[in-house]
Amino acid sequence: MSLLSCENVSFSYDGRLVAKEISFSVESGDYLCIVGENGAGKSTLMKGLLQLKRPSGGILRMGDGLKADEIGYLPQQNDVQKDFPADVFEVVLSGCLSRLGWRPFYGKKEKALAQEKMEQLGIAQLNKQCYRELSGGQQQRVLLARALCAAKKLLVLDEPAAGLDPLATKELYALISKINTEMKLTVVMVSHDMQSVLHYAHKILHLNTKQVFFGTAAEYRRTPLAQRFAQGGEAGA
Amino acid sequence: MLSFFPEMMSFPFMVRALIVGALVALCASLLGVSMVLKRYSMIGDGLSHVGFGALAVATAFHAAPLAVSLPIVVLAAFLLLRIKDSSKIKGDAAIAIISTGSLAVGVMVISLSTGMNTDVCNYLFGSILGVNQNELVLTVVLSIFVLVLFVLFYHRIFAVTFDETFAKATGTKADLYNMLIALLTAFTIVLGMRTMGALLISSLIIFPALTSMQLLKRFRSVVVCSAALSLLCFLAGLTISYLYATPTGASVAILNIICFLIFSTAGWVRGRRTRG
Repeated sequence: MSLLSCENVSFSYDGRLVAKEISFSVESGDYLCIVGENGAGKSTLMKGLLQLKRPSGGILRMGDGLKADEIGYLPQQNDVQKDFPADVFEVVLSGCLSRLGWRPFYGKKEKALAQEKMEQLGIAQLNKQCYRELSGGQQQRVLLARALCAAKKLLVLDEPAAGLDPLATKELYALISKINTEMKLTVVMVSHDMQSVLHYAHKILHLNTKQVFFGTAAEYRRTPLAQRFAQGGEAGA
Repeated sequence: MLSFFPEMMSFPFMVRALIVGALVALCASLLGVSMVLKRYSMIGDGLSHVGFGALAVATAFHAAPLAVSLPIVVLAAFLLLRIKDSSKIKGDAAIAIISTGSLAVGVMVISLSTGMNTDVCNYLFGSILGVNQNELVLTVVLSIFVLVLFVLFYHRIFAVTFDETFAKATGTKADLYNMLIALLTAFTIVLGMRTMGALLISSLIIFPALTSMQLLKRFRSVVVCSAALSLLCFLAGLTISYLYATPTGASVAILNIICFLIFSTAGWVRGRRTRG
């Protein structure tokens, strides 16, 4: 059974359809990229996958006993975080919250997990640093470590490279690919960076208020749609 | 130097003001960290105005002021939180509507019943004479409740404050904890209104947190520092108020402002030094 599947799913805000006719599935171990222009409904679909927004039609199914507290999420940064006083360890540890159940405080196990994830992402030495004083790339790694603390099966990323310089972007994509292959985590990502998408993703879902393509990356590369979109993306970048 | 202290504490009303004020200052500073970071500062301010309206109505009907205003302010807190989420009326406009509305109702009720007098002034700006024995008991019980819940839910409050979307997406009931923060804040505001005054109570929520954030970089140190600063400012403010017969609320608020200025200057100097 698929980890996630959508059958003719649609989403609307205040009765206005923003995305429709979405049908795809994500298998365990997949690396799916959701692409499309601004306002194509990517973020809305992502909210749907995270169960933050209910579909207005169709069926969105979570398979293999996937529950919300098994999903790791890397959201786009918000305003609050820009001047938030917190050290790196506090932020990463907060990813373990869903593991607490009814306990009020973190135990040794959660702290060890947070430490382990920071080491895997190469940010263990930033431990006591203040989050808001890190570079953009470091901040994304911290948030990625937090997401990994929460993720047991699925990692959802919302434009992880937004606002990063080219080098940091490249490193981040390599890291995400490593997480997918070595930690065997399923990855679903919204991205604008067509080159990286075509390089790393197994499957592509292209939205333009409705689904225009779903299939493997190799199939996608051959479509005129992809060629046009990739060129446009590069020209825009 | 502290020879006035035993004399000060020989007045039962001073002891009551000290206990109530210190507990409220502690609760307010802890919740304040989350409120300020979540950009909810004005909700605290709005709630205190609702509290004033409720107090005025309670007095007019000769009801127990705290018992009446508590549920009303809690209700207003939930309402404000709801409005912030929906987009029909923008959050800040909604707060302005509710706070000025309550202020108008309060003033109207007072002028129709007892007339504008020192009572009104006490409600607005606080008085150390305001706390009676029943209110003391209620305050002690409720502030211990607030403190215990804050400690128990500390990590959840952090998660919801730092990143609500992440918390929700990974299976934390963020809305529930938002409600909890609003509920505890509503309690704190009602309890603090008599000593600090309706117009000044939100300074207890906002200042200590904002001051600590000028210098400190960890969430936990900000929380601890806010609590310590808030207690210190309250005790000093209360003493000044006793010695020089100044209004308690204003004395405490001004001390908080002074602390804020000192901390932000220190933060600015440090920022220049690390950059230069």
